[in-house]
Amino acid sequence: MISWLASPRTGGLLALFAVIAALPLALSNNYFYEVAILVGVNAIVCVGLNLLIGYAGQISLGHAGFFGLGAYGSAILSARFDWPPLAALVAATIGVAALAYLIGRPILRLRGHYLAMATLGMGVIVSIVAATEDGWTGGPDGMPVRPLSLFGATLTGEGAWYCVVGALLVAAVWLSLNLIESPTGRALRALSGSEVAAEVSGIDSARHKVLVFVISAVYASVAGSLFAHYSGFITPSKLTFFHSIELVTMVVFGGMASTYGAVVGAAVLTTLPQLLTVFKDYEMVVFGAVMMGTMIFMPKGLVPSLGGLVETAAGTARARRGVR
Amino acid sequence: MSAQLAQYLLSGITIGAIYALVALGFSIIFNASHVINFAQGEFVMIGGMTTVSLTGTGLPLPAAMIAAVLLAALAGLALEKFAVEPARSAPVVTLIIITIGASILLRGLATLVWDKKLHTLAPFSGSTPIEIAGAALLPQSLWVLGVTLAIVLALSWFFGRTLLGKAMLATSNQRVAAQLVGINVRRVLLVSFGLSAALGAIAGILITPITLTSWDVGIMLGLKGFAAAVLGGLGSGPGAVLGGLVLGIAETLSAGYLSSAYKDVIAFVLMLAVLFFRPTGILGSRSAERV
Amino acid sequence: MSLLRTEAVSKEFGGVCAVDNLSFTISPGMVYSIIGPNGAGKTTLLNLLTGIYVPSGGRIFLEDSDLTGWAPHEFAQAGVARTFQNLQVFFNMSALENVMVGRYGRERCSLATALLRTPALARAERAGREEAAELMRFVGLAEWLDARAEAMPYGALKRLEIARALATQPRLLLLDEPAAGLNPAEMREIGQLIGKLASRGHTAVLVEHNMRLVMGVSDHVLVLDYGRKLAEGTADEVRRDPRVIEAYLGRATKTVH
Repeated sequence: MISWLASPRTGGLLALFAVIAALPLALSNNYFYEVAILVGVNAIVCVGLNLLIGYAGQISLGHAGFFGLGAYGSAILSARFDWPPLAALVAATIGVAALAYLIGRPILRLRGHYLAMATLGMGVIVSIVAATEDGWTGGPDGMPVRPLSLFGATLTGEGAWYCVVGALLVAAVWLSLNLIESPTGRALRALSGSEVAAEVSGIDSARHKVLVFVISAVYASVAGSLFAHYSGFITPSKLTFFHSIELVTMVVFGGMASTYGAVVGAAVLTTLPQLLTVFKDYEMVVFGAVMMGTMIFMPKGLVPSLGGLVETAAGTARARRGVR
Repeated sequence: MSAQLAQYLLSGITIGAIYALVALGFSIIFNASHVINFAQGEFVMIGGMTTVSLTGTGLPLPAAMIAAVLLAALAGLALEKFAVEPARSAPVVTLIIITIGASILLRGLATLVWDKKLHTLAPFSGSTPIEIAGAALLPQSLWVLGVTLAIVLALSWFFGRTLLGKAMLATSNQRVAAQLVGINVRRVLLVSFGLSAALGAIAGILITPITLTSWDVGIMLGLKGFAAAVLGGLGSGPGAVLGGLVLGIAETLSAGYLSSAYKDVIAFVLMLAVLFFRPTGILGSRSAERV
Repeated sequence: MSLLRTEAVSKEFGGVCAVDNLSFTISPGMVYSIIGPNGAGKTTLLNLLTGIYVPSGGRIFLEDSDLTGWAPHEFAQAGVARTFQNLQVFFNMSALENVMVGRYGRERCSLATALLRTPALARAERAGREEAAELMRFVGLAEWLDARAEAMPYGALKRLEIARALATQPRLLLLDEPAAGLNPAEMREIGQLIGKLASRGHTAVLVEHNMRLVMGVSDHVLVLDYGRKLAEGTADEVRRDPRVIEAYLGRATKTVH
């Protein structure tokens, strides 16, 4: 029983579900719900991004681009072409997946800094296009998004959205954990461990890098579409280089190669700016300092560092009891 | 040559020289530490903004410029000492986040110390345009090109002839070997950051009379200088200069003949093209990977 | 019938010829050693035989198939497995998972199956774990079955790489300096392991510096010098070959006082 509970796939998911189910008790007004929903949306992106950065050992400084493409795709298809929102979401997701596949091949031939730069460039290009093609996107001021309707019923209200985002987050985490434990997931982790050894063990590294890139893009796109419908409005600020960095920071802060770490990272770094508005003028300084401080002092990220502390404490306790 | 083409080329070379200075800063730091310093653009901003505010208090321009460059160099040293040095052995992702965090911090400080408005400096020697081939060349552009040329010459003398410069090159090539022959690698790193920051600040001061300055001018200039460095070959000094000039000219030509709305995109399209087809850049060496 | 055959294979790095016009044949079931002074091109040759380098000239055949120019993972899927001189262990995984990676080339799972974790996949995973555990016991790592790779000592990690290579069910096993860094006792064990592999019918190619190991296990020895074949034959023949002695030790007539 204990080992079943301790496994990330079962016990962890139960814990996540419990937290999401119980949280509304602490959310006393619409603003808190809003923050919680935003955490959920970011967490979905981060879980996908973590597959790419943490498990497969790649990097992307342009994932806000995929998020934004999902958001604008849903917005444009449902507003300008009158598509049913759900169909628009699916179509936008497929479009983003196709784009990620097309650029994935050439981009993922690069490594380290060069890969970082290429994804950065890609993200910036997408954000500039979104801000410039105002005929389609409403330009720098953005465009309104129709509400999400499912089988005739329109999704409105923080409560309903909270349930939808919460459920999707649990699903996203479940899929991610399944993938990591599967042979495909092992292949990805092998890539991160030693690419040449993975290759000589029969793993087509190029194909797998593109695969995880596309998966992480899909996660981001779906989250983007949801966000667009939820907030009723989308601007290019959600596609900027800065937002891409925020996402990467959430993943690294929470702990790379840790799905729950990605969720925690998203939770902490989404709520932090909200707390920082107290500082008003000092907001940027504090945020920058926090980013630097956590990376310098906790380079492994929050969850693995805390996990390491717990393990050391347990080990010391065991040693004291004289048990090996 | 048509007057319009000449105009585009002149303004292209001018902004290209600025990109070249920023790109040199990137390359020097990358060579010494293999870190991509995303805060490079902020040094440009510090140069311009500090000069503006100091001249505003009555300080003569030359003194203000020197103070600005020193301040930026100090910021560069601090960045290396307190942010990069402790995280030396961290993975690429972590270092990237640290320097980006530093850039956010610096921008935040800028809004506190100064403000969010646009500022300008008086051109160094007046604003009467000089006519060349039917195009109008601002005197400030001559300052930009002249100072950049002087800096490039000074740097090649420094790296080629002085002991410290050669030590820096040695460190970038083979760090362990450099340590073994007694080169103080830590000092080399500090000098690299200080030097790059100074270069950025000079670029910022030079360009302010033409394109103005503000708290966030470093973002785009940093990214584009970075694209220029990649274009020419990350880590190559001549590459940085070439990349900067090519980028500047490509930008003005495309803005003039294609679409001015997409002017900013050119830098990144070129960077992606280089990364796809020749990642080591125009002047970079083709590296062979050995297992 | 030959298992592996190279025809005038060469590899150049910017003017330096690391492997020069090399032709040799490996028959199934034999233990074949490649020796030579440092810089003779041994590791380059191994990289060529696993697709990590593409030959500048010549061809590589596995039985009837021409593998020249194939990607490393295609070599692996064709049945060529290797271990590395500088360990390339997946330190981010457990020992068992390291070995299980070897199975992947043989048995892919679709993305949908991976994402949904079907009961069939769970069953296959259990079988995979058993198979990996069996391989670990075979190479003598029974006490490390539950360990994380990063907790294992150097000698154990060398065997772990062998277990991982065996998990790909290779037709040809290439071992790059399996005895490097091992003490005499560990080296004897590696020699016994290679003997065990040979008796099971595996074809193994060893790149080694350690003469005792080479002479002890090899059926056939190839001596390289400056990327070229210097001598070939049984261990005894090669040991007595004057050209080999000269390459390793210098001409006997040279005296230094």
